[in-house]
Amino acid sequence: MAIVEKSNNLESSSPLVEPVTQAADMSKLHKYIFAILLIALIILPFFVYPIFAMKVMCFALFAAAFNLLLGFGGLLSFGHAAYFGGASYVAAHAAKVWGFTPELAVLTGTAAAALLGFAIGSLAIRRQGIYFAMVTLAFAQMVYFVAIQAKFTGGEDGIQGVPRGDLFGIFSLADNIALYFFVLAVTFGGILLLYRIVHSPFGQVLKAIRENEPRAISLGYDVNRYKLIVFTLSATLAGLAGATKSLVFQLASLTDVHWSMSGEVVLMTLLGGMGTIFGPLVGAGVIVTMQNYLATFGAWVTVIQGVIFVIGVLMFREGIIGVLARWLKKPL
Amino acid sequence: MFELLGIPPQVLMGQLLLGLINGSFYAVLSLGLAVIFGLLNIINFAHGALYMAGAFVAWMLLNYFGIGYWPALVLAPLIVGALGIILERTMLSRLYHLDHLYGLLLTFGLALIIQGLFRNYYGISGLPYQIPDVLSGGQNLGFMFLPNYRAWVVVASIVVCLGTWFMIEKTRLGAYLRAATENPTLVGAFGVNVPIMIMLTYGFGVALAGFAGVLAAPIYSVNPIMGEQLIIVVFAVVVIGGMGSIMGAIITGYMLGIVEGLTRVIYPEGSAVVIFVIMAIVLMIKPEGLFGRPV
Repeated sequence: MAIVEKSNNLESSSPLVEPVTQAADMSKLHKYIFAILLIALIILPFFVYPIFAMKVMCFALFAAAFNLLLGFGGLLSFGHAAYFGGASYVAAHAAKVWGFTPELAVLTGTAAAALLGFAIGSLAIRRQGIYFAMVTLAFAQMVYFVAIQAKFTGGEDGIQGVPRGDLFGIFSLADNIALYFFVLAVTFGGILLLYRIVHSPFGQVLKAIRENEPRAISLGYDVNRYKLIVFTLSATLAGLAGATKSLVFQLASLTDVHWSMSGEVVLMTLLGGMGTIFGPLVGAGVIVTMQNYLATFGAWVTVIQGVIFVIGVLMFREGIIGVLARWLKKPL
Repeated sequence: MFELLGIPPQVLMGQLLLGLINGSFYAVLSLGLAVIFGLLNIINFAHGALYMAGAFVAWMLLNYFGIGYWPALVLAPLIVGALGIILERTMLSRLYHLDHLYGLLLTFGLALIIQGLFRNYYGISGLPYQIPDVLSGGQNLGFMFLPNYRAWVVVASIVVCLGTWFMIEKTRLGAYLRAATENPTLVGAFGVNVPIMIMLTYGFGVALAGFAGVLAAPIYSVNPIMGEQLIIVVFAVVVIGGMGSIMGAIITGYMLGIVEGLTRVIYPEGSAVVIFVIMAIVLMIKPEGLFGRPV
């Protein structure tokens, strides 16, 4: 039987064509949306439970980082839990055992995710399409097994009671509101960084590779180098989200490295709209809210997520923001 | 008796047998994946869930209808295959004109639904399934004790694997199948109904998973999460072997099961990850897989 490895341009069937935006300056519309978003997030913790809001922000950054790889790089990783959860373990360990301040703990976790992403990425980019997805999934499962067996991860218990500590050794983050603004700064900064990457010349090359890899090669781009860089960047920012999450919940556990977490981030991105700027944020908000309200229904949450997956793939491939962008005829 | 590296032969043989059993499941499942991939070009993420469904169907046949192991060995794969055909007709067939990754996402969603439903109704503690009377007990081979049922699993899986290989590589039907893999449009032009063939192929691949599930039921307890860990290992097996050849998928499956068993003897801590380590090495040396064709 022959293998046909098609190029993995996931967006090829989507009617949404992204116009080439100017590299450096942010479009006015996006500027307004980011400004409104920031204002809303500043007043949000006074209306909703801050822990919940922080959870949404961490997952929004996670999904946005994943979307950089899938939506703009055209690479479907099915193992992003490895970087998210791996970073959360390292950050929790750094804060609890080494006594790092929160910002250093988060940075350590993020650096660990970057290293892991580089190592796995350099192997995974040797295969394309479906194989790429399987390879990333398999390596993530390996990280999961290591997390079960290694001493420092605490096995089934995870790392509990992670201290939130004092920011720069001065400001206490024990209070939920104080921590909220730390998390807001980190995740919002991360998302702006992702925006900047997508709209940089590097981001344009990525889109070129996604649309037509052989052509990008013939134009002289070292495609594998670009893939590896975007994979590492995506893993790094996913790690930033995971490391921050471990401070919020004061916990790093197996849930964060489990394959279902990898699936969840795919679902968030798909539901919100892959290849859009704001889609992953919306998708993360919807899924986390849903999990929050349906938590008492146990495994039904899994069933509902599966149903959303199926409906999303069969009828709703553009996602919420993708559809909105088509109606408004503006890239979002 | 001989001793190898200070390891008692009973331990070595016991783990080798366990590895061979695991390898049987790897082989049957990766074979199903390869058959489906060959024609549909999608990776069936629901394979693990359907393997689990096979075990559950066998359990239900016994407990609700009093139908025993032997009829279930035929009936359960047929039921799972029929379920697969329904899924293919109603959902998968709508995705053929899209990128193959959508097929992966869809089947992932299906896996979540199937697993979630079984978890809701049966919990995760696992349900017992008796070994059929004929196959209970075992043989004392002098150097080890061989449970009859385990021997049967190895034999049955080898027969099914070789039968599938023979059907695809040596019969007329298989020739159509291989031709459709190369060029579906041309085969359709010769009057072969390709959509029906795709449907039956998916049904057959999925039925193999159901068959493996029935074989597994008496060994492992029937459990909604029995498929989820297994399928990821099988993915690694498929990456190592490459899905280019049917025989390749079979050989890689058994080989990796045995390697895993040996690792459990020599370095137990590494047994969970050894297949992934091998995958990393293969990706470095021969990225297209041991039996894959270079791209």
